[in-house]
Amino acid sequence: MDIKSMKYYLYWLYCQFELITCSYLMEPWEKLLFYSFNITMLVMVLYIAYIFVPVHITMAFQFFLHLFGNQHENTVSIVK
Amino acid sequence: FFILLNHIVHNGGLYKRPFNEAFEETPMLVAVLTYVGYGVLTLFGYLRDFMRQWKIEKCQNATEREEQKDFVPLYQDFENFYNRNLYMRIRDSWNRPICSVPGAKVDMMERVSHDYNWTFTYTGRVIKDIINMGSYNYLGFAQKAGTCQEAAAKVLSQYGAGVCSTRQEMGNLDKHEELEKLVARFLGVESAMAYGMGFATNSMNIPALVGKGCLILSDELNHASLVLGARLSGATIRIFKHNNMQSLEKLLKDAIVHGQPRTRRPWKKILILVEGIYSMEGSIVRLPEVIALKKKYKSYLYLDEAHSIGALGPTGRGVVEYFGLSPEDVDVMMGTFTKSFGAAGGYIGGKKELIDYLRTYSHSAVYATSLSPPVVEQIITSMKCIMGEDGTNVGKARVQQLAENTRYFRRRLKEMGFIIYGNEDSPVVPLMLYMPAKIGAFGREMLKRNIGVVVVGFPATPIIESRARFCLSAAHTKEMLDTVSVSSCVPSSCAFYKQIQQLSVFCGLVQCLVYKLLNLMFKALCSRAGDDTISFLASTMQNGCLQ
Repeated sequence: MDIKSMKYYLYWLYCQFELITCSYLMEPWEKLLFYSFNITMLVMVLYIAYIFVPVHITMAFQFFLHLFGNQHENTVSIVK
Repeated sequence: FFILLNHIVHNGGLYKRPFNEAFEETPMLVAVLTYVGYGVLTLFGYLRDFMRQWKIEKCQNATEREEQKDFVPLYQDFENFYNRNLYMRIRDSWNRPICSVPGAKVDMMERVSHDYNWTFTYTGRVIKDIINMGSYNYLGFAQKAGTCQEAAAKVLSQYGAGVCSTRQEMGNLDKHEELEKLVARFLGVESAMAYGMGFATNSMNIPALVGKGCLILSDELNHASLVLGARLSGATIRIFKHNNMQSLEKLLKDAIVHGQPRTRRPWKKILILVEGIYSMEGSIVRLPEVIALKKKYKSYLYLDEAHSIGALGPTGRGVVEYFGLSPEDVDVMMGTFTKSFGAAGGYIGGKKELIDYLRTYSHSAVYATSLSPPVVEQIITSMKCIMGEDGTNVGKARVQQLAENTRYFRRRLKEMGFIIYGNEDSPVVPLMLYMPAKIGAFGREMLKRNIGVVVVGFPATPIIESRARFCLSAAHTKEMLDTVSVSSCVPSSCAFYKQIQQLSVFCGLVQCLVYKLLNLMFKALCSRAGDDTISFLASTMQNGCLQ
């Protein structure tokens, strides 16, 4: 029963997506064009995120560690 | 309660009853998504136009001929672009042919389109008993059986259908005289005159009343007939914001103080054009305030009661009775017989001198054919029924049923989470849809569930505020209204709006949290590096979060 309501909810979400982006009104070939463009863009964004985000997060983490916790260099002074 | 009390007392005690009108603002997310939808459709429109121009796709709309390609282009403006690419996609929701009397339920011819709404073919099947939420049948007098129909049939056998003349020549029947006396008695005015067409009543009589050197103050959302009549008259037209009395007062003050534009002479006449119920918004005019302003600045009032006559007021006498005012305060009371009386035509009521003048000088009286006799009899019978002069309670019961239906339906839809425009008491219920795909989806899905609605889109409404307009009737039963309100939840996704409200609250919380976090980080940075600009940034972030 839960699977059925989940499937209905997913179908409802798909209908909302169709109505909002007006793909409900498009002819089948237009829908194909639109969806393929969207999915290509999404895949590209996800791929770039997969490649670059871990590197940037580690860099940012090192930066903050350098600021807060690193006792070796005393170049940062507290001004009140 | 205090807001209502404030409103009643605030206007000098002009209102005898609470005036509840609301035009809820478009939620920001919905507006953004609507623009996204229109953006996608515009891009595809450009693509299709490109394909049509380069002959990749067959061009099925009107274009110039080959010889005219070097002339000024005819079909390049936005209206034609919209027509070709957006309107054609959802065109099957309009111009649907009906094949029975448009009462509470109606029959419709089924039609299909095999080339995406460029051409339609009839399957031959008739869809029966569609709940009719689109006809202006406020009191349910659109019937094919009953006293009105019998009387009209009798008159048809006596007088025939055609009049074959204008009112001033040979078309003045005794039925017309009887009708006009009855209309005058119904409205509570001295005299009235009836015309064959409601649109023509406005567009042909306003030029007879005002001319050059006069000023017309017209509401922003007035009907096309009023706008056409005002423009044809040649008077100066100034527009005040919809139902906004401050705007109207400012315009009146400026008109009296400054006079005509170059010569500074006083205006010959100042005419205020308002409607009783505005059919796209469902709002009711603020008549007590308009009349107070009119008296203060000595101008004239033209009230177009097309939708409100028969539909408002305890005995159906219109918006003047709804507010408990006297009909003598309104100089020209205009209305139509199309909506509440189940007939066709319009009337103008007022003082005897005014109506005698219009009988001679109105374009409609001189050139337009007068009302057809069976139609006149339908109006006479229905009007007598509403007034109670036929000896039954039917008219009064219908007026009360309409008021009940209005209150019930509006309450149901609001509970479901829809955004409904307009006054609490108006039988015109606009349900906001906003997104272009929802216009088409709503019309089609409601027809699948055997409900016929009118959906309205761009040229008639602002581009993001498209709506579905329900016109309630005294003939609708509570079960029909329940069916309609439940069915409308699915295509227009009322749960969507509730979720948007929750989402926007959630977004606000997230925004505040993010600001706080960034604030902490910048403060830490500031204490380490000692930069003044960063501390300034931190303080502005804090202010932003508090807001």
